[in-house]
Amino acid sequence: MSNQDVTIKITDREGVIHEVLAPTDMNMNMMEVVRSYELAPEGTIGICGGMAMCASCQCYVKSEHELPEKSDDEDAMLAEAFYVEENSRLGCQIHITPKLEGLEITLAPES
Amino acid sequence: MIETDILIIGAGPTGLFTVFEAGLLKLRCHLIDALPQPGGQCSEIYPKKPIYDIPAYPEILAGDLTKNLMEQIKQFEPGFTLGERADTIEKQDDGTFIVTTNKGTKHHAPIVAIAGGLGSFEPRKPPISNIKDFEDKGVEYIIKEPELYRDKDVVIAGGGDSALDWSVFLTDVAKSVTLIHRRNEFRGALDSVEKVQELKNLGKINLITPAEVKGILGEEHVTGVAVEQKGKEPFIIDTDHFIPLFGLAPKLGPIANWGLEIEKNAIKVNNALDYQTNIPGIYAIGDVNTYPGKLKLILCGFHEATLMCQSAYKRIHPDKKYVMKYTTVGGVEGFDGTKKEAPKAVVKAIE
Repeated sequence: MSNQDVTIKITDREGVIHEVLAPTDMNMNMMEVVRSYELAPEGTIGICGGMAMCASCQCYVKSEHELPEKSDDEDAMLAEAFYVEENSRLGCQIHITPKLEGLEITLAPES
Repeated sequence: MIETDILIIGAGPTGLFTVFEAGLLKLRCHLIDALPQPGGQCSEIYPKKPIYDIPAYPEILAGDLTKNLMEQIKQFEPGFTLGERADTIEKQDDGTFIVTTNKGTKHHAPIVAIAGGLGSFEPRKPPISNIKDFEDKGVEYIIKEPELYRDKDVVIAGGGDSALDWSVFLTDVAKSVTLIHRRNEFRGALDSVEKVQELKNLGKINLITPAEVKGILGEEHVTGVAVEQKGKEPFIIDTDHFIPLFGLAPKLGPIANWGLEIEKNAIKVNNALDYQTNIPGIYAIGDVNTYPGKLKLILCGFHEATLMCQSAYKRIHPDKKYVMKYTTVGGVEGFDGTKKEAPKAVVKAIE
């Protein structure tokens, strides 16, 4: 494990829990981490490529980590998305930083 | 019947550039796209956003990329069937194909190039279990004919521009208009939001927020919707129509049933050669295809289109000799009679 990696616990859409290492030095976001580990079928996540324009990477934040505030774009997309809960975020807008060590998320259903 | 050499499905950047490469080989193209304008995602999703990895453009807006491609291909006079989705494909005895759209427009070509990107853009449907039973029986995801709502009770759901604009528009047509949105705030153009506010104050729009439609009632046709509003008991609104307006999302759609090999929601192609699918004569290029190492980049789509056209030429003209020629050398001869070419150097002897 490189000391630049953080451990993230991701529950996929089938309910399977994966503990994965995510690099903090590659300008990655949570949607890309999920794709890099192929935790959701290609074509069902990150459809818009990470522009906060499709909500296919919606996830629920389960741990108490303090995440950066939602941008207007993310907030607007979540207002239109389905299966939205209080702890919903768009994975593509969660930038992987050392502060996310131990973060736990669950992928929202495909819509 | 529309006749062409290469029928391109999808008028995004890859599909548009195919017209150019085909034109150099004197092959004509026709494009089908479900969207009403060319450009694909570049025009529909992010026209105002910059792209930084188009070679020789340090920065270009997606909308400008589309505009430039249209300019680059205009002398090859591509045909367009826009606002229609390619639905079925039939292989003819002579190996050519007939592709029919959802509106019944037929296209005939020896080569089909699927440049469908992520698929065709379809309305996003809210997860209400019985919603499919009421499609076209009171549930409409797109407003095609506003007169349908004349003197009817209408419930619209959504918080974006189209929900706002249609709510405003239908107040003059429908008997009643109810707008339901999950949030208290709306994200639309300022005038649309203000107009809805004004009509709400006049009692012409019944605004229910923060709330969601959770169920649909009716036998043969919608008679009401079940609404859950924060802090209240769920209640029912009697209505003739329920119009969920939650934007568009791309779906691979009918292409998935054309007998093509699909992997990872994309069409498998032969990337060692020409991006042909498992059906000879049908190619898949750009974001819609997959192969080992595939990257969904516009610049990769351009490359794939170029190789695909060379292969298409050989299929159409198996006996004709041809070698690729640089545009700097050969110029660009349009089907419209124009010719672009490098200016000839002035030759003059010194006496």
